[in-house]
Amino acid sequence: MLGLLAVTLVAITTPFPLWPVWVGCATVMAIIAAGARIPARTIWRRARVILPLVLFVAVFIPFFRKGGEEWSVGPVTVSEEGLQTLLAICAKATIGTVSAVILGATTTFPDVLRALDALRVPRLFTLIAAFMYRYLFVIVDEVQRMRAALASRGYRPRRAWQVGAFGRVVSALFLRSYGRGERVYLAMLARGFGGVMPQLDTLAFRRADGLFVALVASSLVAFRVALGAAT
Amino acid sequence: MSCAIHARGLVYLYPNGHAALAGVDLHIAHGERVALLGPNGAGKTTFVLHLNGLLTGQGSLEVAGLEVVKENMREVRARVGLVFQDPDDQLFMPTVREDVAFGPLNMGLDRAEVDARVDEALRAVRMTAAIDRAPYQLSMGERRRVAIATVLAMRPKLLVLDEPSANLDPRARRELLDVLERIDRTMLVVTHDLPFASELCERAVIISAGTIVADARCDEILSDAALLGEHDLELPAGFDPARVERRPRPFDDRRPRATLGSLS
Repeated sequence: MLGLLAVTLVAITTPFPLWPVWVGCATVMAIIAAGARIPARTIWRRARVILPLVLFVAVFIPFFRKGGEEWSVGPVTVSEEGLQTLLAICAKATIGTVSAVILGATTTFPDVLRALDALRVPRLFTLIAAFMYRYLFVIVDEVQRMRAALASRGYRPRRAWQVGAFGRVVSALFLRSYGRGERVYLAMLARGFGGVMPQLDTLAFRRADGLFVALVASSLVAFRVALGAAT
Repeated sequence: MSCAIHARGLVYLYPNGHAALAGVDLHIAHGERVALLGPNGAGKTTFVLHLNGLLTGQGSLEVAGLEVVKENMREVRARVGLVFQDPDDQLFMPTVREDVAFGPLNMGLDRAEVDARVDEALRAVRMTAAIDRAPYQLSMGERRRVAIATVLAMRPKLLVLDEPSANLDPRARRELLDVLERIDRTMLVVTHDLPFASELCERAVIISAGTIVADARCDEILSDAALLGEHDLELPAGFDPARVERRPRPFDDRRPRATLGSLS
């Protein structure tokens, strides 16, 4: 769980000339995925959602970044440094995304939150994330009901001014969520909430977990340092 | 310790001056089960929020042996278990376990005691199997029962339920009654569901326009069609309050006692 964070961190801090480190990261992730029996298709399906966005941004970099040799391809010029940056970003983005996917596939969201707590991430952030996780589905349900209600009364926006109805849906949603926030707060007060969120379990960090993190992190860090020293 | 409610001349004005409660006098004795009936906007929910000190009006209010004032608030909230109408408002933690543990943790109990309370409360509502699930994965009836568990875990002296049968299908509603009838607590049930009230409660109170307008045995009130009509209450077609068999109380000894805490 925490090991994947280490993988991402190591990958991100690695500059281009040390590219074998990325191979190392990928290998470690492949081992983890295999160990957790996550089918490759699941990883690919989930990563597919995020990756194109990241890579789309990266694709433009070679054309704008200056430095190193430059080649002209028709009207645009491509720089060597730009290409390196592109490759680096692609590799880092892929590693980061896939490690997030693996985390998502092996760990439930409440566990991720508890892990973040254990890592001393400020409570405010984990609390916001926890409430978001809890109410996201409620709000999505509400949106779907409203959309169904609009559609069943023949709402099919064709013209710009018809979008107005959608705006009102959004504001209604905001008001409902706001009202719900107030009610939730009352419910918390009613059960003795005094401003500090109580904590049930700090995640049991067993020896096996420690071993896992140590193994993943140390091997990668060592690899990274060794290569860094060699060049 | 008494777990009674004594409200004397309770008045609550909305910021716009509208009186939501216009002098409520209500006395509920230890161990009673009372249905609080009334039309929409009569002040039912406003009254209920007072019991937990979430709203404070003028007049005097004593709940479970404590004056509801700022200094007592922590203790009052531990003694009064308030179950809100929409379980999605009540269940705000990522998992059922954390949600049920929220109250006991706020009371400053230690870990072993919290675990015991969570287990006990979920068992009382027959939701032990859902302990690690997320609230949104549960059905409405299950959510309602977990919401009740979240307050039972605080071992309140008094259980207050706001519209417990709202949005439940008949089966979930019956299961809720099965659960409630075994809970050995003073109970105040705010509801529109008159058959539900008549099965569960022996006494009924009608609140209308911020005052108590009727207070009698449940079957008497429900047989008084004129009184009900006056306050926008209506029995379902074909329903005969005289033929309702009231749920036995846990201390009737006709059924096993609820094991929840001790009623002192």
